[in-house]
Amino acid sequence: MNLITTPNLDAPDDFYEALIEAHQGLPTEASHAFNARLVLVLANHIGALAVLREAFAAAQRA
Amino acid sequence: MKLQELQELPNTRGRSVDYQKLAFDYERHADQDTDPPARHPVVVVGAGPVGLALAIDLAQQNVPVVLLDNDCTLSTGSRAICFAKRTLEVFDRLGCGQRMTDKGVSWNVGKVFFKNDQIYSFNLLPEAGHERPAFINLQQYYVEGYLAERAAGLPLIDLRWNNKVVDVEQQADHALLTIETPEGNYQIAAGYVAACDGSRSNLRQLLGQESKGRIFKDRFLIADVKMKLDSPAPGRPKAGERLLGGQRGHEVPSVGAQGFPAERWFWFDPEFHPNQSVLLHMQPDNVWRIDFQLGWDADPEQEKKPENIMPRVKALLANSAMKDAQFELEWASVYTFACLRMDSFRHGRVLFAGDSAHGVSPFGARGANSGVQDAENLAWKLAAVVRGDAPDALLDSYASEREYAADENIRNSTRATDFITPKSEVSRLFRDAVLELAKRHGFARTLVNSGRLSVPSTLHGSPLNTADTDVFDSQLVPGAPAADAPITRADGSAGWLLRELNPAGFSALVFGDGNGGDDLAERSARAVAEADPAVKVVRIALNSAHALATQRYDARPGTVYLLRPDHHVCARWRQPDTRAIRTALDHALAKA
Repeated sequence: MNLITTPNLDAPDDFYEALIEAHQGLPTEASHAFNARLVLVLANHIGALAVLREAFAAAQRA
Repeated sequence: MKLQELQELPNTRGRSVDYQKLAFDYERHADQDTDPPARHPVVVVGAGPVGLALAIDLAQQNVPVVLLDNDCTLSTGSRAICFAKRTLEVFDRLGCGQRMTDKGVSWNVGKVFFKNDQIYSFNLLPEAGHERPAFINLQQYYVEGYLAERAAGLPLIDLRWNNKVVDVEQQADHALLTIETPEGNYQIAAGYVAACDGSRSNLRQLLGQESKGRIFKDRFLIADVKMKLDSPAPGRPKAGERLLGGQRGHEVPSVGAQGFPAERWFWFDPEFHPNQSVLLHMQPDNVWRIDFQLGWDADPEQEKKPENIMPRVKALLANSAMKDAQFELEWASVYTFACLRMDSFRHGRVLFAGDSAHGVSPFGARGANSGVQDAENLAWKLAAVVRGDAPDALLDSYASEREYAADENIRNSTRATDFITPKSEVSRLFRDAVLELAKRHGFARTLVNSGRLSVPSTLHGSPLNTADTDVFDSQLVPGAPAADAPITRADGSAGWLLRELNPAGFSALVFGDGNGGDDLAERSARAVAEADPAVKVVRIALNSAHALATQRYDARPGTVYLLRPDHHVCARWRQPDTRAIRTALDHALAKA
């Protein structure tokens, strides 16, 4: 399996709004903690280490 | 006292010997008056757990061994306390495993706490049918004491106290050692030298070598406290009882008498020691090991003072059933650690084993345990080379196999250390995120790393392995250590598979008893005997008493597992012929 980098979100704008909303009102430190937990939850959902390594690479290129 | 007098001690006193207080006599040896220097096939330097285990193993294989120690005492302080199943199996082969297990506190379960909540629990030996538990906790001075007593009963071991190596000269067929004693220097020509002289190895320095790796900027306090309680320490084995599928090995008590169970407890950021970690272990004699993380800025001299240690211990006990118990400080030490190893464990005639060759953090109990495994890997190879049964090249495989194992231990130890003591803000952020998530989510518990505890290496890719040509559904690939299982002996008595193996040579497990009309097992057993009659054939009938063995080895009638003297698998077949077995044996001895 490869990392999906083509459009794959059901509703891109809704997702983005929800993501920003989830951080609403959080002090920066709490936002960072939230993001860290989110990364771990999503990583577990993906599961495959090879895909996760591709994701790291994709994030690094940004 | 003399080493041999050790054997008398336990029988003449009602209580445990205080091995820390024993001092052994320096004795002048005839070698000190010999010119040219006396020649010995093997000299082991360092009479700690690794050197003692190696010397015993060599003596059991009929190799005379000179064992040099630079002082005249055994371990001071409890130091290494967690001895793994595999180490106990080695000690069984060396004739002192039962004694260690009887005295030690057996445990299989570890629990991890974050602040006040338990977030994770693991069982290191979740299946029945093993003679030994995942771990025992036993003070290093008992381990050394029992090994020394075993050594005292072996005339082939020549233990010389207050003999310090001060020079090594590598020659083509030996190493010339210069040894300092209270009566001056003398020399020995050693066919091979095993440097088991610890993390600050003198031999390593004499050869201009170093151990390289990562040093961790953190300080830890070990406090061993003796509780004054009436009830005896738990952890004693009960008589083995029959369970479905075979006898149970070791009875591990679920709850100890003192308020904490016989388990490994690890706290991240507990209220009684905020922002740091704490590790708790039960030892024999009502002694508890408490390991407090202090941080890099802690002052070791201040932290070592009893008046600063006692409040830390009281804070831990305050929320337990032991809160009112009286205790005294038995041993304390402030330490830092590094994960490192030598580039090569072999330098000419000198082979490095244990802490001299590699070092890890204590989280994972991979120090002393891997050292004992070094010793057992080295012992049979030295014996085979000294006897002329194998070329010198066999010793190169000691280095490559144990360097591989050291890398595995260092990798596990480094990862645990990075989790326990995060070294950057973001590392701490993810660590705390894992701990928070672990309260509610199973997946996060697998990421919690309070130490991945010592298991033996499977020596994948070892030059001594013969690659599989048959298909097996079993973890016991070439390079893996043999798995234990209950067995019923020919006379009907109950036993354990590992105990049936050759303690000082190759073994072949041959599955099937030949009953029921097939002669597959007979043919396999004959092939082994024809290949080399010195290989001990262990027949395991395929019946219900051997269900676990059959499953663990994925055995069928005629299946053969060829095991090295250290009980690692070196080859396996469904139906081997004589030639295949002979080739695999040559291969395992580096002859081909």
